[in-house]
Amino acid sequence: MIGIVDYEAGNISSVSNALTTIGSEFVVSADPSVLLRCAGVILPGVGAAPGAMAALKRRGLIEFLSHSTQPVLGICLGMQLLFQSSEEGSTTCLGVFPGSVKKFDDSKQKVPHMGWNEVHCTGNTMLMNGTREKEYYYFAHSYFAEPDAVTVATSSQNTLFAAVVARDNYFGVQFHPEKSGDAGLAILHNFDILCKSFRQ
Amino acid sequence: MLTRRIIPCLDILDGRVVKGKRFRNLVDVGDPIDLAARYSAEGADELVLLDISATLDGRKPFFETVSRVAQKVAIPLTIGGGIKTLDDILELLRRGADKVTLNTVLTQDPWLLGKATDRVGSQALVAAVDVQRANGSWNVHVRSGTQDAQLDAIEWVKTVVRRGAGEILVTSIDRDGTKSGYDVKLLKRISEEVHVPVVASGGAGNERQILEALKDGNADAVLAASIFHFNEISIKNLKLYLQNEGIPVRL
Repeated sequence: MIGIVDYEAGNISSVSNALTTIGSEFVVSADPSVLLRCAGVILPGVGAAPGAMAALKRRGLIEFLSHSTQPVLGICLGMQLLFQSSEEGSTTCLGVFPGSVKKFDDSKQKVPHMGWNEVHCTGNTMLMNGTREKEYYYFAHSYFAEPDAVTVATSSQNTLFAAVVARDNYFGVQFHPEKSGDAGLAILHNFDILCKSFRQ
Repeated sequence: MLTRRIIPCLDILDGRVVKGKRFRNLVDVGDPIDLAARYSAEGADELVLLDISATLDGRKPFFETVSRVAQKVAIPLTIGGGIKTLDDILELLRRGADKVTLNTVLTQDPWLLGKATDRVGSQALVAAVDVQRANGSWNVHVRSGTQDAQLDAIEWVKTVVRRGAGEILVTSIDRDGTKSGYDVKLLKRISEEVHVPVVASGGAGNERQILEALKDGNADAVLAASIFHFNEISIKNLKLYLQNEGIPVRL
């Protein structure tokens, strides 16, 4: 069972629709005790970092998310929240990964970065098992994480940025796997599998 | 490299997909769920669903249709028509929309974009601008094209981007449904003025015209309805043609 964190950050139904499509069992909840019993947790995200962090705090989810021992997958803003901080509203985030999330420079490229972009795998992670070395996924974001030690795939629009991050039980994707057609659903399926194997 | 997007547009009236010419003379095209599934399977990069009578009828957006389509397709959905409040926006996103397009309401509520940006981010907010040429300039029309908003399109686009719109959907009323090509000059002007993605709409009749909107008009995406609804051009063949012409597409 996968737990989808419900914190008013939109797009819960897109993630749950995708999990239904691939036949994964899930529960949508904001209750840490419910999420703790799940094999893994998805932190979706549409919105802005300050509001999202405030919503997580109100629900008492900060401690649970920053010290989880289950697999955690952050999507888009959910991935950005795993870093130490975000330039968006100068927000302190969960601090699972070092580094801060920055805003794209709109004198160098169009912002938001919106549409299907190529993702290149640069490292190994179970999350990307069986995916093509170069595949298209759907992005919609104005802030990004610079590639660093936890980056396992990158993408670029004049600026090179982290597309997939992974370390230990924490995973993050800057794109929307739930909106990236079959290629994206394959990644969610991988997460489902890795959650199950993680528990054993 | 970021690819250019091909976006079929589903104009919806009373739960059915319809298509008209210059926003009038509507004919029935089919069921929105069936069409959405078909276009997703054929390689559409995104779908736009517009409830074209919600504002005129004073109705709420078509929440139920959005839920049904979102359950069926795993590609981005942009929803428009009848959106008046932040609650409308939140409800559409909750039901599986990725972006909402705001049109008439932007001329009525100057604070909505700012409030919505703080809550959902610019990437979810599209300003739809319906434009008609008049005496050498471009005028904005609202209420499904029925009312002249007395605004210059170029100035208006700059205003809505400043307020927080993350994308501009530019529809030429003059070209809508005519298959005479997009208003490339208008697209080019708007692309020069703002640093957010620009989606071309209104007038697609053949592959060449789509190439012109992307290449000469510098649009980031093209929206089309008739040519896809009536099977005149397949999305796959269109993308192969564009790739051949040096335009990055997702294949």
